[in-house]
Amino acid sequence: MGKTLFDKVWDAHVVDSIDGGPDVLYIDKHLIHEVTSPVAFLGLNSRGIKVLRPENTIATPDHNIPTINQDQPIQDVLSKMQVDKLTENTKKHGITLYGLNHPYQGVVHVVGPELGHTQPGMTIVCGDSHTATHGAFGSVAFGIGTSEVEMVLATQCIMQPKPKKMLINVTGKLGKGVTAKDLVLYIISKLTASGGTGYFIEYAGDAFTSLSMEGRMTVCNMSIECGARGGLIAPDQTTFDYVEGREFAPKGAEWDKKLEEWKKLYSDEDAVFDKEYTFDAADIEPQITYGTNPGMGMGITQVVADEQDITYKKALEYMKVEAGKPVLGTPVDYVFVGSCTNGRIEDLREFAKFVKGKQKADNVIVWIVPGSKQVEKQAIEEGIDKALAASGIEMRQPGCSACLAMNDDKVPAGKLAIATSNRNFEGRQGPGSRTMLASPLTAAAAALTGKVTDPRDFL
Amino acid sequence: MAIDKFVTIQSPCVPVAIENVDTDQIIPARFLKATERKDFDINLFRDWRYDNNDQPIADFPLNNSKYSGSVLVSGKNFGSGSSREHAAWAIYDYGFRVVVSSFFADIFKGNALNNGLLPVQVTPVFLASIFAAIKNDSKAEVEVNLDNQTITLLATGEKESFEINSYKKECLQKGYDDIDYLISIKDKIEAYENK
Repeated sequence: MGKTLFDKVWDAHVVDSIDGGPDVLYIDKHLIHEVTSPVAFLGLNSRGIKVLRPENTIATPDHNIPTINQDQPIQDVLSKMQVDKLTENTKKHGITLYGLNHPYQGVVHVVGPELGHTQPGMTIVCGDSHTATHGAFGSVAFGIGTSEVEMVLATQCIMQPKPKKMLINVTGKLGKGVTAKDLVLYIISKLTASGGTGYFIEYAGDAFTSLSMEGRMTVCNMSIECGARGGLIAPDQTTFDYVEGREFAPKGAEWDKKLEEWKKLYSDEDAVFDKEYTFDAADIEPQITYGTNPGMGMGITQVVADEQDITYKKALEYMKVEAGKPVLGTPVDYVFVGSCTNGRIEDLREFAKFVKGKQKADNVIVWIVPGSKQVEKQAIEEGIDKALAASGIEMRQPGCSACLAMNDDKVPAGKLAIATSNRNFEGRQGPGSRTMLASPLTAAAAALTGKVTDPRDFL
Repeated sequence: MAIDKFVTIQSPCVPVAIENVDTDQIIPARFLKATERKDFDINLFRDWRYDNNDQPIADFPLNNSKYSGSVLVSGKNFGSGSSREHAAWAIYDYGFRVVVSSFFADIFKGNALNNGLLPVQVTPVFLASIFAAIKNDSKAEVEVNLDNQTITLLATGEKESFEINSYKKECLQKGYDDIDYLISIKDKIEAYENK
């Protein structure tokens, strides 16, 4: 029987297997940030052990940092302490740090791929559930807890039961105004927020292979939002073209050797998945969420479903939306474009192109946050910051920003945000805040009209 | 750095009868700024437990004195969302040793097990029975026996077995952690690297 892409990568990294228990999985690349690593380093210190392979771990602060005045000291005392602790720990253990104001700093899942650290066929982990992003390159990438961060630092391995395998096949091409974000929000709405739990997803079909690497990263990034540990896409010429020439990508003869290996990374014809879904891209319109988990989403022209379940009713009440009614036209207070889901150059380009020559609505506060220093630099080189300014919109500095309300960028209680990030949980963007997840185009449409708007009205 | 050994528990339950309890509800991101594992329990369920003026919300189960014990019972898909181990720490450090639900998110389940917090997955029918028993008597007790892998609702005698892989079961019974194990197989890891 043939192997799936996931099996090929996973099996090649199994150091040992325990009967009735987990596999010991070797980790090629470990990414760390300031929030989930300090207790892991404390653990190492109290055991009196060193980092086994410091060269395989990359660090950058992202969750806690402000997105303005980054040249000045961080004002929030606890945030500063956590960022300083990352600097101290990485220095002590010889780990590469892209610190604040380093030209490579940024959201950890934007940084890895753009520098060429992320490569096909790797195992990649990080103490962050959106590590699945890196699956876009045909790597097995997933989020881990702090105990597991400590395991990787100490032994370059973690212990994991092997997940089941799911295939999601989407045939056809996405329509006008429909983006990678809409594609993944649609899938999550069909699977629900828990439908992927226990599985690793492979995304296949024209709808994915026709996407850019940025788009594929957006899709894989949100795999965790249907409960799946990760999701991956077989590498192809689009992948190889993206990786080639990046700073930490293989070069010369090493590149040729790797390329031959990477070309074998696909699911065999006769490989068997534990579960399969097939969707038609033609059925997907721009998506928006109306509830308090990412599975509560729908096409933007649809009406909110009516369900009797108490958790469902509580979610609608929190969001101030009504069953049987559309959300189109609902006044919007904030628009947030950024995060590891949609903070890449392509997202900023699409947003800027959409609003070009038009003015931001007066009732909306718009935060455009590049995912990294590299994205910021490129946006400035392309004149995106100036174009946005002409529309009355300011581009901020890189960080996780309003995705999770850990830094200064918080949406106030009761206010409604259209966000390109990944979670719409209660209070996710600030205590009492309300979030509707959407694509950068839908965010741009809301920025112009000040209400929930179908981006296709402008196209 | 062993974890606490898991011993058989007989305890009343604290019910949080909501589905899809995500890690941002268990502990919001703004309370993840510590650089050591300390005081996360204070902010367990922060935004459901306290109002905007930091006053306890009386009808939230953690604030209601009729509920007590080391067993947290909640609706399906418990622990969805982020990988923050702080969620497991907050629950454990508050005093819970078991979380009962009809379905757990993957990362949370792993984090819980790595900290000696036992996730017990029961059928939706059994979960409904527990909630009903608690409604009938807020002191209704369950017994959780890891050795036999059973949970028993003492009020009615209803009993179910639950799954746990044999490796993790032994870790909990003996108080071992994964890092100790991984360090013990360092030769194998180096052999893999040199392959």
